[in-house]
Amino acid sequence: MSLLHLAILLPFIAAVIVPFLFKGFRSIHTGWFVLLVPLALFIYFIQYMPVTSSGQTVSKTFEWIPSLGINFTAYVDGLGLLFALLITGIGSLVVLYSIYYLAKEKEALHNFYVYLLMFMGAMLGVVLSDNLIVLYMFWEFTSISSFLLIGYWYDKERSRYGAQKSMLITVFGGLSMLGGIVLLYIMGGTFSIRELIGMSGELMADPLFLFAMILILLGAFTKSAQFPFHVWLPDAMEAPTPVSAYLHSATMVKAGIYLVARMSPVFAESGVWLWLVAGFGIFTLFWGSFNAVKQTDLKGILAFSTVSQLGLIMSLLGLGAAALHFDTLDENMYMTATIAAVFHLINHATFKGSLFMMAGIVDHETGTRDIRKLGGLVNLMPITFTIAIIGSFSMAGLPPFNGFLSKEMFLTGMISVFELDLFNLNTWGILFPVLAWIASVFTFIYSIMLVFKTFLGKPQFDKLPKKPHEAPIGMLISPLVLVTLVVVFGFFPNLLSNTMIKPAVEAILPSLPAAGQEVYVDIYFWHGFTPELFMTLGIILTGTLMYATLAKWQGVYNRIPERFTINGFYDRGLDGSESGSFKLNEFFMTGYMRSYLIYIFAFFVAILLSTLTVSDAFVIDTSNLAEIRIYEVVLAIVLIAGAITILFAKSRLTSIVLLGVVGYSVALFFVFFRAPDLALTQLVIETVSVALFLLCFYHLPEISRKEERMKFKMGNAVISILVGLTVTLIGIASFSNSQSFESISQYHIDNVYELAAGGNMVNVILVDFRGFDTLFEICVLGIAALGIYAMVNFRGVRREKR
Amino acid sequence: MEILMSIVVGILFMSAVYLILSKSLLRVIIGTALLSHGAHLLLLTMSGLKTGAAPVLTDGVESYTDPLPQALVLTAIVISFGVTAFFLVLAYRAYQELGTDNMEEMKGNESND
Repeated sequence: MSLLHLAILLPFIAAVIVPFLFKGFRSIHTGWFVLLVPLALFIYFIQYMPVTSSGQTVSKTFEWIPSLGINFTAYVDGLGLLFALLITGIGSLVVLYSIYYLAKEKEALHNFYVYLLMFMGAMLGVVLSDNLIVLYMFWEFTSISSFLLIGYWYDKERSRYGAQKSMLITVFGGLSMLGGIVLLYIMGGTFSIRELIGMSGELMADPLFLFAMILILLGAFTKSAQFPFHVWLPDAMEAPTPVSAYLHSATMVKAGIYLVARMSPVFAESGVWLWLVAGFGIFTLFWGSFNAVKQTDLKGILAFSTVSQLGLIMSLLGLGAAALHFDTLDENMYMTATIAAVFHLINHATFKGSLFMMAGIVDHETGTRDIRKLGGLVNLMPITFTIAIIGSFSMAGLPPFNGFLSKEMFLTGMISVFELDLFNLNTWGILFPVLAWIASVFTFIYSIMLVFKTFLGKPQFDKLPKKPHEAPIGMLISPLVLVTLVVVFGFFPNLLSNTMIKPAVEAILPSLPAAGQEVYVDIYFWHGFTPELFMTLGIILTGTLMYATLAKWQGVYNRIPERFTINGFYDRGLDGSESGSFKLNEFFMTGYMRSYLIYIFAFFVAILLSTLTVSDAFVIDTSNLAEIRIYEVVLAIVLIAGAITILFAKSRLTSIVLLGVVGYSVALFFVFFRAPDLALTQLVIETVSVALFLLCFYHLPEISRKEERMKFKMGNAVISILVGLTVTLIGIASFSNSQSFESISQYHIDNVYELAAGGNMVNVILVDFRGFDTLFEICVLGIAALGIYAMVNFRGVRREKR
Repeated sequence: MEILMSIVVGILFMSAVYLILSKSLLRVIIGTALLSHGAHLLLLTMSGLKTGAAPVLTDGVESYTDPLPQALVLTAIVISFGVTAFFLVLAYRAYQELGTDNMEEMKGNESND
């Protein structure tokens, strides 16, 4: 257990202490204590920066379940560190923001911070684990903590709905991912990502490769809200805004991106990977931005915008895989795609984090997030307005903010598809730049909407539940820090190039920098009059035009009927599975003992008969049969007659007498079969049983008068005949096979005198060789006797009607 | 003989299962009693019948019938007696308390037999 492991586990440890701090120091906001955790971790992780930027990695192993190959290996490389810094950095800002957002007097802060810390630790675990099983465990932890945080205001119906939805979708993905991990283990024999990367060539040749890839991508796509799994993210906006800013835009939803980036070295050589990741990404980009425009809730816009931006990063990672098909780094324009993905990941965390906090401030100070009610806030909330305008313009891809830079690089990456002659990209690939451009136009529109509809326009303060005013300074610090970063990264992008982006890109494409080469990252504003520049100009022009005419074409959104939306499918699927499983359950869990017995007997017949057939066990061996004497036949006929007549007996007394006949015949058979002890016991027991039966039913009143014959039931008859047949076949088969192996009986016969000094073998076996069996048999009898005694003396509440 | 006994056992099982599936509690109990008779005979049959003298050490006898199944069956007889007695008293008491020995009426449903 090294310091690195402790760092990952620190949030969990802190989470245990938080409730006590909440109870112990009611006058201090619990958030101040919690803030120390991400802050300390951020400072701790920043020390790794020189290590990773020089191309080295750190790996510490703590043996957990070594026999199964599951070790908690903490592994820090460029990619993991980038995420760790995002998690702890944004985490600190979010905790600081939440201190002012959630009032200590009325919120259940202990719950909130426990979940938040649990999430933080889980997320660190995901990005710093080398072992896939450990990664999976932390992955599910993030799903659970996200569920708990979305459902934080659990008295709201929408919160519960959103929490359940996110849980169902992400856990479905998580389980698929587990399947993929298991397949990878079957193929490669290891859970370690680095070892799997080492053998990616062999893995590709395996027939299971494709399944493993698709299952792992399902995990990534559900977590990162890719189409059509994106539906959970807008509903997750019911969570408190700090949570939305943290989990549902900056970190957790990027876990899928992380997974794709991390597994790229394993899968990316394959063309299917490129098409799936890039294709789903670009469509999600378009679909998210298209739907964001129709939202009226500030957080709704941001949610769809997050979906769309995640799609953007995903598509870049997919296209970046094309770089693997070129040998040298010079002229390798597909490196741009991966660099842009990493760069945009950082940028998105900064501008989207600040925008979410802005939305939270607006909600907090005006009481609503509905852009139809908002407007004209610019004079009342100038600082918030500044935050909003910087964040939105960066999101829209306008200079001089960091969003412009990554948007340009994104367009470069998309245009480069034209020159790619791999995997049919030069035919269908045209869709990539086209969709990218359209999506960028919509991105521009909703970014503008976000600012203009909230802060400009006609003030309509009478519609607001609260009298608006500027937020307290504490609430503004965090978004201000983030927009400062937006501006700083915009002007000095190369602050990040060698420290963060280069190591991360090297981790995503480890095979690329051939000996002596290095990934070269240099980001700058002016590229000359390139197609990208004209595309951006086109985006701004078209976007402005469409924003101005928004009212005219907004009708298209109502064209899709509710029935055919993905949400509609989800809701009906959920209802259907609930009512369906209820009906199915009702269908076979009838509550009648009879039904259950029928299942048991039917299964008994099916499994035994099929085993007999499959293992070819049914043989009839007539060589060792004992001879049949005439009185044995007579006795058998008596027994059979008795057993069958019981079925048709009218009165109880007859049945009891017939049962006695069967029992005594069995005793006689024991005599014929040279089993004197059995015969004696059976005679005694049978006599006592019949007496007991008669005793019980002697006490039963009149009802026996109106007794009828048992009605014949076809279904029951078939089942019982089948059971009888099965048992007969088993009896014959096991007798015929009994000569084929040595019996242990001979041991008892040989040693009965030497070891136990007895002559009656059956008795010796019972009281000596298998003495414990007999002891427990006595226990059973004792328990039965106690039960009978209790029942006889039990006087329950009698029914009134008697 | 073993084949004959297998058929007898099969018929015992058949009757037992049919009775167990019926609605009258008494018939269910009789069914379980028949089922244990069937099982005992099956155990003996499977190991071969009448393969030698009764399993009591006797001078000059070389071959005995298999004592092990007999020991098993002996245990089983006693246990099945315990179970049957328990069932019987249970049924008797249930009858006294509920006024019926029909399984469906016990659940509170009308008998639709």
